[in-house]
Amino acid sequence: MEVAAPARARGRWRDALEERRFLAGVLIAPAVLFIAVLVLAPLLLAIYLSLTDATAGSLSGDFVGLRNYTEAWDSPNFRRALRNTVIFTVISQIVVLLVAGVLAHQLAKPFRGRWILRFFVLLPWAAPIALGTIGFLWIFDSLFSVVNWTLVHDLFPGPPEFKPYEVVNWLFARPGLPDWLEIKPIDPFAPPQWLGQSTLAMAAIIFVHTWRIIPFATVIFLAGLASIPAEVEDAAKVDGAIGLKKFWYVTLPLQLPIATVALLFGIVFTATDMTVVYILTHGGPFNSTHMLTTWAFDTGINSAALGQGAAISLYLLPVLILVAVLMLRFARKVEVS
Amino acid sequence: MRRSAITPYLIVGPIALVLAYPFYWMLWTALKTDADLYNVDNNPYGFGNGSPTDRNFRFLFEETEYGQWLQNTVVVGIVVVIITLVLALPAGYALARLSGSWGQTMGIGIFLTYLVPPTLLFLPMSRVVSELGLQNRLLALMVVYPSFTVPFSIWLMMGFFKTIPRELEDAALIDGASRLGSLVRVVFPISLPGILTVVIFSFSLVVNEFVYAVTFISTSANRTVSAGVPTELIRGDVFYWGALMAAALIPSIPLALLYNTFLDRFIAGFTGGAFR
Repeated sequence: MEVAAPARARGRWRDALEERRFLAGVLIAPAVLFIAVLVLAPLLLAIYLSLTDATAGSLSGDFVGLRNYTEAWDSPNFRRALRNTVIFTVISQIVVLLVAGVLAHQLAKPFRGRWILRFFVLLPWAAPIALGTIGFLWIFDSLFSVVNWTLVHDLFPGPPEFKPYEVVNWLFARPGLPDWLEIKPIDPFAPPQWLGQSTLAMAAIIFVHTWRIIPFATVIFLAGLASIPAEVEDAAKVDGAIGLKKFWYVTLPLQLPIATVALLFGIVFTATDMTVVYILTHGGPFNSTHMLTTWAFDTGINSAALGQGAAISLYLLPVLILVAVLMLRFARKVEVS
Repeated sequence: MRRSAITPYLIVGPIALVLAYPFYWMLWTALKTDADLYNVDNNPYGFGNGSPTDRNFRFLFEETEYGQWLQNTVVVGIVVVIITLVLALPAGYALARLSGSWGQTMGIGIFLTYLVPPTLLFLPMSRVVSELGLQNRLLALMVVYPSFTVPFSIWLMMGFFKTIPRELEDAALIDGASRLGSLVRVVFPISLPGILTVVIFSFSLVVNEFVYAVTFISTSANRTVSAGVPTELIRGDVFYWGALMAAALIPSIPLALLYNTFLDRFIAGFTGGAFR
């Protein structure tokens, strides 16, 4: 009898593990618990901190209501960071969608040398972003920028003389451009300071973001193209849909769902990224290129105003919730069909 | 047909060159001597003044803690990958197979937590980390990093497990195996490619991470490579550009090779979840 009792208990335990529902719970629980402790709890703590005047060194502060939010809103640096976040995200995503769409369309079918071209395209996404950005720090260096060297030197020795900056000036530095673009003709003896002037620094940051996200979006698009069934292609061919017509009526509508996924991810990756700006300009010159994330870091960590910093970064939350809701609705729709 | 054979090269070629250019430039710079680099009269595309040289690479490993950072990154990466597998494999399987429609909803819910970025969590986390006395310790990163590798990996594994024919498990169950037994002996072995994909992408997410690494760790010896290079090698206004570029290039190339090799599986897993 003494031996049978534990045996029966073990048997019951084993039976329970055969029960689908119970086993599912046992297998999922650790992961869910872990995520709750490490993602949900800090998120709630961030919301709590943003409502207090906590500083680095203490986890609690006095409750101040929404003061951190209103104070942040009233600061010109915050407004600038908010505007920059929107500009960075919108422009880079437009470029990313266009370029990635074209790339994926070409890379979908096999051709000689596709492996190496795909390898080149993937490099910016595969390499650690902090290290890739350091590469750009050097490329945009104030004295030794290779971009500037290439612009102002005669690239093909012998006549006729050809310097790329002349073409750039002819293309872009035209009279009648809006002032806020701050586009001036390139002076070969005082070449552009890519990270030292706010408009150029913004352009540099957008370029690096775009450079970074294009491979990811291309991969997602490739997945979308791969999932278009061969029958659809055949049917389109039978119906005489080729070239642009096929793209517009067949490929594009089928690609739209996956393009939305790529876009939503791209928005999150760009709007919530801190690394590129932190390394490339650190918000400079004169706090003109801060994003919400770097401004929150400067306020919360460097200035030790924890509550205020948390409030600044939480201004990103509505964007994330919107993206999450769209993704949920979207995933449900796909499931039903 | 003639025309279309060349279009991929004409369109992809130039874009690929722009995307890969920074890495080419890192390599070129890493091979140059200071005398060659810091003279505006030199053609930057050519070599001279003692270039090419391996001096920057030797400086990196002999005079800086770069080797230590690489080692730290690998150690953190391995621990995080193990934690990720232990948590994500069972959960991914359960969501794909055992739970019905609520599993799908829950899977999406878990995936959405991947969207909560470190930039939103690092402030409260930094407080918790110092409260627990974990600041400046690699342990802090090992505990926190699975918070983004686990949701992502559960999602990928869900996709992979769905592609495995149910009949294989049913056969094992009929042969008298328990559900857990069939999971370990039948499902995991044939999911090995998928598991390997999760290992590689979790590891690369760890190498990539910057925000937590910069916030939690401030002693040079405990840096990871992503945080160590930008913070420790850039001293004041003196940038060791040759060494910096070597440092940026070394982890990038093997990661990119792995990525390219596993890309097709990654696509299959990523879209196998629900977005299909």
